[in-house]
Amino acid sequence: MTIDTKKRELLVKGAAVASMTIASGVMLIAPAIARKAGEAASDKVRWGLLIDSNKCDAGCDECVVACKTENGWKSHDRPSTDPQWIRKVNLRDKKTGATHSLPVMCQHCENPPCVDVCPTGASMQRADGVVLVNRHTCIGCRYCMLACPYKARSFVHEDVTGQKPHMPRGKGTVESCTLCVHRIDIGRTPACVEACSSKAGRSAITFGDLNNPSSNIAKELSRYVTTRLRSDLGLEPGVHYRGV
Amino acid sequence: MRQQKYTLGVLLLAVVGFAISSVQAKHETVPLPHLSKAIKGEECVEPNDTMRRNHMTYLMHQRDETVIEGIRGKKYSLQACIDCHATADPKIENGKMRTVKPFCAECHSYAAVKIDCFDCHNPSVPLEKTTNTFHEIITAHIRESGASK
Repeated sequence: MTIDTKKRELLVKGAAVASMTIASGVMLIAPAIARKAGEAASDKVRWGLLIDSNKCDAGCDECVVACKTENGWKSHDRPSTDPQWIRKVNLRDKKTGATHSLPVMCQHCENPPCVDVCPTGASMQRADGVVLVNRHTCIGCRYCMLACPYKARSFVHEDVTGQKPHMPRGKGTVESCTLCVHRIDIGRTPACVEACSSKAGRSAITFGDLNNPSSNIAKELSRYVTTRLRSDLGLEPGVHYRGV
Repeated sequence: MRQQKYTLGVLLLAVVGFAISSVQAKHETVPLPHLSKAIKGEECVEPNDTMRRNHMTYLMHQRDETVIEGIRGKKYSLQACIDCHATADPKIENGKMRTVKPFCAECHSYAAVKIDCFDCHNPSVPLEKTTNTFHEIITAHIRESGASK
């Protein structure tokens, strides 16, 4: 455990140096920097989300709508088998009656159980912390769906046509939130984050590099107490919540 | 005399047999694949002969690099295949979309190779989409590799 912490400190320091050298030349406002063609995702970066449930509203599902539109998944009115990359969860305190709402998606764990159990290596973690399903090698056994404590993954039960060019999907494979890798790789933010600020006007979701102390998300995390869902499991999710 | 008759009979049989088989062969030859031209450009990302022999290796290699390592913008992109080689056909989607399936099927049915790329990847692009709408990093990459030749 101590070794892990040290490693993490080192990573954070490394990222700080890197961001300072960048900052001396130009001021970067964009939360993500597009990688050059041919450049692999780096472990210097750890992508994460911060969701402020105080700003989130039970009546709003713009993030879910945006995810559906962006990635081309839809419901077939069969709730038990429908794909669900992101969903709204409404919580109510039984004693006080206070309610609040929050979106739940793949938590992009640092120690992902879905990756541990996958028999083919299709369930994988990219160097920058994004947890993905490599559909080329997924055999559809759904073991990862059982292993995930967040119920983040779903199985494609139906034939799929008209997929988005950037998000191939097909029957017989497991899928989940990709943190919009196709967008973050070219320097954009995930679709849910964009929709929450532009369409819903709430800005309840912050996206950024957890390893970079000068990023918005890292600043917010150092300023306020946040929680991670089921932190007792030691999975170290990349998604943080405020007000939960 | 008897020997001669026998030999003649065998020869005659052989000739007739050969004639029949050659006629049959002419009728049963599977037509060679005839590939339609790409909608834009004269040359693929590699010379045509290389592409015909090795495209599957290029695609297989790059898909792993892209999904696992997150490397983007390299030149062997399935999306780039679709963008250039998809053709419009009134029989497919009422001719409203260009689709790459007939182009791939031309050789793949000849060679009896079944591919499952399009179980997940969308084989179609809108008619109006041209290769100009490539992702900018791919366009830049093709331009660079073309300039270095």
